[in-house]
Order: sequence, then C-alpha cells, then structure tokens
Amino acid sequence: MAERPEDLNLPNAVITRIIKEALPDGVNVSKEARRAISQAASVFVLYATSCANNFAMKAKRKTLNAGDVLAAMEEMEFERFLEPLKEALEVYKKGQKGKKEVSEQKRKDKEKKNSEIDKSREEEEEEEEERMLEEPEVEEDVES
Amino acid sequence: MSGNTPEKDDPTSANKKTISLPISRVRLIMKSSPDVSSINQDALFLTTKATELFVQHLALASFNHGSGKESNSLSYSDLAHTAEKTETFHFLTDILPKKILARDYLKTLEQMQEEDADV
Repeated sequence: MAERPEDLNLPNAVITRIIKEALPDGVNVSKEARRAISQAASVFVLYATSCANNFAMKAKRKTLNAGDVLAAMEEMEFERFLEPLKEALEVYKKGQKGKKEVSEQKRKDKEKKNSEIDKSREEEEEEEEERMLEEPEVEEDVES
Repeated sequence: MSGNTPEKDDPTSANKKTISLPISRVRLIMKSSPDVSSINQDALFLTTKATELFVQHLALASFNHGSGKESNSLSYSDLAHTAEKTETFHFLTDILPKKILARDYLKTLEQMQEEDADV
C-alpha cells in the first residue's frame, strides 16, 4: 500500500531519461516541465487503470489482464500505442520464458556437477536440454 | 544534470531492454485505485510500457507544437497548452492548469475588493 504521497510518484531520474530520449538532442527541459510530465504520467496510470478495470468488471473478472489494458488504450484514444505495446509484450514474454530456461539449465548443471560419474549420462542430458530448448517454440501460439 | 543514469537499479535484467520504469511503483499507483483488486503480470507490464510511451508522446507533442522550438526548450506552458488543445490530453487539464499572470490576478482581486467596498 502507498503510505506516503511520494509513493505515487514515478522516479524523476527515469522520467527525465525517457523525456531526453524522446526529444531531439540538446533540448532544455525546465524543471517545472519535468515535474509536470511526471505528475501527468501518474495520472495516466490511474486513468488507464480505471478504464481497464471497467473492462474487467464488464466481463465479471477480478483480475486485470493484458486485453483490458489494450482495450483501455483504445478507449483513451491512444491507438498509436497498441502496436508498440503488443510488440513489447511479445519480447517481455520471451524474456520471461528465457529466464525460466536459464534457471532450468543452471539447475541441470548443478545436478551434473553433483553426479560427475560417467560421460554417457552427461551426453544424454545434453540431448534432453536441446529438446527442452526447442519445445517452447511449439507452444508459442498466442491467444487473442 | 547527468543524462545517463546507470541501469544497475533494475535487478530483473530481462526487462532492461523493454522497460525502464519500475514495475513495482506502477503497481503501487494502480493499486491505489480503490476498485482494483488484482492485476496480472502482463497487464502490469503493459501499463508500465504504456506510461513510458505516454511520457515520450506528451513530451514530443508539446515540444513540436510549443513555443520553444527555436530556443530548443520545453517549458511548463507548452505542456499546459498541449493539455488544453489536444483532445487525447484533455484529461490532464486539471493537473496542468494554464498559468495566469500575477498582475492579471491582482487586477481581478482589486476589482472584487472594489465591488465589495461598494456594497
């Protein structure tokens, strides 16, 4: 829960960096303007959340999902965000999956170390790992 | 002001390339809305990403239509102007009110006082 009002602000350093990246090089952004953009961003989050929540409630769901957020963007007339958002979500999901694979791999490596007995078994495991790496490609179909 | 902040503040390295705002903070803001009970991970990610796009869009739109294009600057009044003139940014008019000059304010204040004195 938010205990202090500052908890509802977004970090200034990050906001400043995003502004700088969006504008042409060398543009000077006043401190007041930066603060205003940061506050606007917080209000945007609340507005988007409230819109998304309406969609979830209409569908009698308690948990906000990706579809609700995308529908909210349309409702708010930020259609221009839809494509970049969908792309980013794909990349994010792949990253999440990748993380799982890496930790899986680590666990296997550990097991390997613990039982450094015969080489033939190791080879078997490698084959297994290769299969594991290929599998996620199959379950790639996205529900939409 | 130093432009580049080190990216070490993001422990979840997989997110590094896709988003830079902290997801935990965005969740806190979302949860401050009383009727929201739970938010799944994808929705949280999308809202965070959308907020970044929004910041870029607001900054760029205000700069492109603002008064500081020649002087290479972005000011508060450029933002207030965007909030007022652009339909999609109308929801910001409450937190980005147009400023009025102190002398205009004083003038109306004086007028009000005169009217009071007349009574």
